[in-house]
Amino acid sequence: MASKQHANWSPYDNNGGTCVAIAGADYCVIAADTRMSSGYNILTRDYSKICKLADKCLLASSGFQADVRALQKVLTARHLIYQHQHNKQMSCPAMGQLLSNTLYYKRFFPYYAFNVLGGLDEKGQGCVFTYDAVGSYERVVYSTQGSGSTLIMPVLDNKLKAPSPLILPAKDAVTPLIESEAVDLVKDVFASAVERDIYTGDRLEIVVVKPDGIRREFIELRKD
Amino acid sequence: MNSIDSTPAKQGLASIEGSERTLYPYVTGTSVIGIKYKDGILIAADMGGSYGSTLRYKSVERIKPIGKHSLLGASGEISDFQEILKYLDELIVYDNMWDDGNSLGPKEVHNYLTRVMYNRRNKFNPLWNSLVLGGVKKGQKYLGMVSMIGVHFEDNHIATGFGNHLARPILREEWHENISFEDGVKLLEKCMRVLLYRDRSAINKLQIAKITESGVFVSQPYALKTFWGYSAFENPTKGAEGSW
Repeated sequence: MASKQHANWSPYDNNGGTCVAIAGADYCVIAADTRMSSGYNILTRDYSKICKLADKCLLASSGFQADVRALQKVLTARHLIYQHQHNKQMSCPAMGQLLSNTLYYKRFFPYYAFNVLGGLDEKGQGCVFTYDAVGSYERVVYSTQGSGSTLIMPVLDNKLKAPSPLILPAKDAVTPLIESEAVDLVKDVFASAVERDIYTGDRLEIVVVKPDGIRREFIELRKD
Repeated sequence: MNSIDSTPAKQGLASIEGSERTLYPYVTGTSVIGIKYKDGILIAADMGGSYGSTLRYKSVERIKPIGKHSLLGASGEISDFQEILKYLDELIVYDNMWDDGNSLGPKEVHNYLTRVMYNRRNKFNPLWNSLVLGGVKKGQKYLGMVSMIGVHFEDNHIATGFGNHLARPILREEWHENISFEDGVKLLEKCMRVLLYRDRSAINKLQIAKITESGVFVSQPYALKTFWGYSAFENPTKGAEGSW
């Protein structure tokens, strides 16, 4: 035998989960399921993946829960310092850059976290930023990350038809949908993803950010 | 520079420093189960300490009270658990020395453990445990767990290791918010019995601990009544003709 048989360990785990965000003219919808898994086990059916970083800036993350939590703690701490230094809350695009830098800082021992940042920009327009684990990011109209993203992304592409970034002059980076249509679309894509992705399910948490505040709602998803 | 420092053995991953990391566990405890009940938290664990597949120790206390408001149950490497108990003892003592009438609640202790476990995994030197932390403070019940790489959450019922496969389905089926102490103990015993039958490292000597607003109680070790007369146990290979 080459080596003694024994239990081994990995510093990473994939705890699954799916996140979606859609930017509208004067709103942003951020949604994620509440299931947390490890392999074929469901660890808990009620774990929120959405973290409120500022009044108009929310982060939805899936991947390795311990890294996600560490990342959220870094961002909240950095945001608190920002507030003390500037006497205001960070804007969503600023938070977007901070998140990218924070992820890249750990480029060679990455946070295994897949993020979608959603909120309102300085003009009060909906904005969404989408990331990979090491900090590459892009401002988009809508995005999805996590275990169910491969099932959801093509549906969003089909339904929302974002203007190509190659078109000049640049088109508005928001969907033409009204808020209720966007929320319904989110419910639909999750209801579909849950049918095929075992790491998504249990409950869907939807947060809608608008200039006058945020609204939260939950709907039930398949629990099997 | 000291000549010893420049020897090849001191360099690289397989150095003396490297060998002080836990690369795999030695003596391990199996599942821990915890539930919320009407007045507080109940935690159950058997007292086995396995050395690989050898049952090396049979009186390991794997449930310990932490401070005034918390109970900690551990599965995984026993020595790492004892190390964690040392950390917690220091934490509680130093907090107590402020003498300000404050004390750490289960939420604080759980958060501390979460950071300790995650920091050790970041150093590639994990504490090889799954920890269950329960407690009650100011009328608030708390039940959470942490894994060896820092994954953590709260829930109404929690089980580690094999318990996640065998006990949690039973808990999901039968647990409810207002379960009484007696029914809670019965439910935990039902889970522990299933584990005893199907988890080879589980042993029939267990402790159940309870924590309420009024204090901690850890039971004396006891055994469960078992029935091995099920036909599946009598002739396990029946119906598997031709196999060994």
